[in-house]
Amino acid sequence: MFEKTVTELSRALARKETSSVELTRALLERINKYKDLNAFITVDPERSLAQARAADARIARGEGAALTGVPIAQKDIFCADGWLTTCGSKILSNFVAPYDATVIDKFNQAGAVCLGKTNMDEFAMGSSNETSYYGAVKNPWGTGRVPGGSSGGSAAAVAARLAPAATGTDTGGSIRQPAALTGLTGLKPSYGRVSRYGMIAFASSLDQGGPMCRTAEDCALLLNTMAGFDPRDSTSVDEPVPDYTKSLHDDIQGLRIGLPKEYFSEGLSPEVAQVVQAAIGEYKKLGAQIVEVSLPNSKLAIPCYYVLAPAEASSNLSRFDGARYGYRASDYTDLLDMYCKTRAEGFGAEVKRRIMIGTYALSAGYYDAYYLKAQQLRRLIAQDFERAFQSCDVIMGPTSPTTAFKIGEKSDDPVAMYLSDIYTISVNLAGLPGMSIPAGFAPDGLPVGLQLVGRYFNEARLLNVAHRYQQATDWHKRMPKGFE
Amino acid sequence: MSLDREQVRKIAHLARLHITGQEADAYAETLSRILGLIEQMNAVDTAGVAPMAHPNEAGLRLRDDTVTEPDQREKFQKIAPAVEAGLYLVPKVIE
Repeated sequence: MFEKTVTELSRALARKETSSVELTRALLERINKYKDLNAFITVDPERSLAQARAADARIARGEGAALTGVPIAQKDIFCADGWLTTCGSKILSNFVAPYDATVIDKFNQAGAVCLGKTNMDEFAMGSSNETSYYGAVKNPWGTGRVPGGSSGGSAAAVAARLAPAATGTDTGGSIRQPAALTGLTGLKPSYGRVSRYGMIAFASSLDQGGPMCRTAEDCALLLNTMAGFDPRDSTSVDEPVPDYTKSLHDDIQGLRIGLPKEYFSEGLSPEVAQVVQAAIGEYKKLGAQIVEVSLPNSKLAIPCYYVLAPAEASSNLSRFDGARYGYRASDYTDLLDMYCKTRAEGFGAEVKRRIMIGTYALSAGYYDAYYLKAQQLRRLIAQDFERAFQSCDVIMGPTSPTTAFKIGEKSDDPVAMYLSDIYTISVNLAGLPGMSIPAGFAPDGLPVGLQLVGRYFNEARLLNVAHRYQQATDWHKRMPKGFE
Repeated sequence: MSLDREQVRKIAHLARLHITGQEADAYAETLSRILGLIEQMNAVDTAGVAPMAHPNEAGLRLRDDTVTEPDQREKFQKIAPAVEAGLYLVPKVIE
C-alpha cells in the first residue's frame, strides 16, 4: 500500500479495498521503522487512528470525499489543535497549538488523516533542514545527504514512502528545492491562493503553503482542498478554486516554454544542466515550442530576498518573548532580561542571524539603503517575469543548481547555503506559482528537479504541463533503494 | 559594509537577543559577509522605481464590525509559562 499515490489510495478507500485504519497503521509502522531519517518531529498514533476511524465511518456512510481517509503528513509549521507544533524551534518546543490553521481545518473537513508533524528548518529558515532544533533530516536517496529545506522532513517522508503526500511551505524555495533534491513533485501556489492563517509566519509577503507529492495529479487533488479564500488571512485572494484535476489532461501542443538564459549560466552544475535539457527535449517531443527569454535581474533576487525576508522575519518573530506561550528562560533578572535570555536560548544561530540582519535593515538610517532599495528591486524582478510571459506560457529551468549536497557541507557558510535557492527565490518575490517535478538523475544517482513557473493564479496550467510530462516519463515513479 | 562588535551588540539589543562578547565577534564576521552579499543590490540603479511591498497590491479588505471569535481565554492561557487570575505573569515592571 505504501507505494500507492494519493489518487490510487483515494480510489482504493472509496471501493473499500482498504481502510483508513489499516493504511494509517501501516504507515505509522513504516515511520517507526525508518525513524533514523528523522523526518518527523511528532507522531501521535492515537490521534491519527482516531481520525482514521472517523474517516472509515464516513466512507461507510457513503459521505467520503476525495481525501477522506488519506493519511497526510503535515509540516510542523501548521498549527494543529492539540498537536505539538514546534516550527523546528526550541522556543516552541512545548507549544501545543490551541487552534487549527485553515489548511489543517480544510484537511480535517475533507476527512484526511494527520499522520504526524514533519521536521523542518527552524522557522523555515534554511535550505537543508540542518537548522532544525530537532536535528538534520536524511535524504532517502543518500542518507549522508540533505533532503533540502526548509520542508525537508516532508520531502524525506514522501520520498521514502512514509506518507503518500505532505504539506510544505515555500518562502524562497522551501517546497520546490526539497522536492527537487528528493525526486518529488512539489507546488508553490501563487501568493494569496492558500490561506496563511495558522501557518507560523516567517516572511509574510512571501510565505505560501502547498502540496508535496509524488505526482502532479496528487498535487492537484491536494490543492483542491488547500486552496481558497479565507477571511482570516488579510492577503488571501477571493478567486474561485477550479477543480485542478479537470485540466490535467489538456493538450500541450504548441505550448510556448520560455527558457531564461540566466538560469543556464555559471553556477549551474553540468550534471543538472544535462538532465534539465533532456527534460526540455521531452517537452519538444510532446509538441511544445522553445522560446529564449531573459530575466535580467534574477542575479539580484538573492540579495533582495536577504533584505526583505529577514526584515519581515525580525518583525514576525518579535512575538516570541516567553510571556504568553512557548519556552521561557529559567534564569533572569527583569522583564528585558527575560525577553533577551528567552530569545537567546530559544532561537538557533541561523534564526538569530536573520533576525539581526532584518533588525539592522529596518533600523534608523539604513531603511532606505536596504529595505526600500530591496523593494524597488523586487518590482524590477516582478517586471522581468511580466515581460517574459509576453512571449511564453510557462517558464522552465533547473529548480536547484546542484543535486543534494552532503550533510555539513554548507552548514557553516550561510552565504553558500543561500545560493542554493538562486532559481526559486525570484518566483516568491514576484508572487507567481512554481513547481518542481522529477526530471531524471545525475550520474551519482541523485534526483534532479525541473522547475516550472506560471502566470499568476495559473496553477491549473502548471499542473497540466507537469502531468503531461509524467504521462510520458517515469522518473516520478522511481523509489530510493532500501525503502522498497 | 562590515559590522564591528559594538554595532552587533546594538543590533542584538534592538532585537532583544542576549549576546556574549565572543558571540558578538562571531556574528560580526558572518553578518558582515551576508551584508556583503546584500550590497550587490547597489549595482542596479533603481531611481524612480516604485517600491513593491507585496505581490498582491489590491490593498486590504474591510470586514463587518461584528464578533466572529469566541472567548477562549482559558484554553489559550493553559499553554502560558505563568498565569494568575487570568493574567500573564512577567517580572515586576513598575517599582
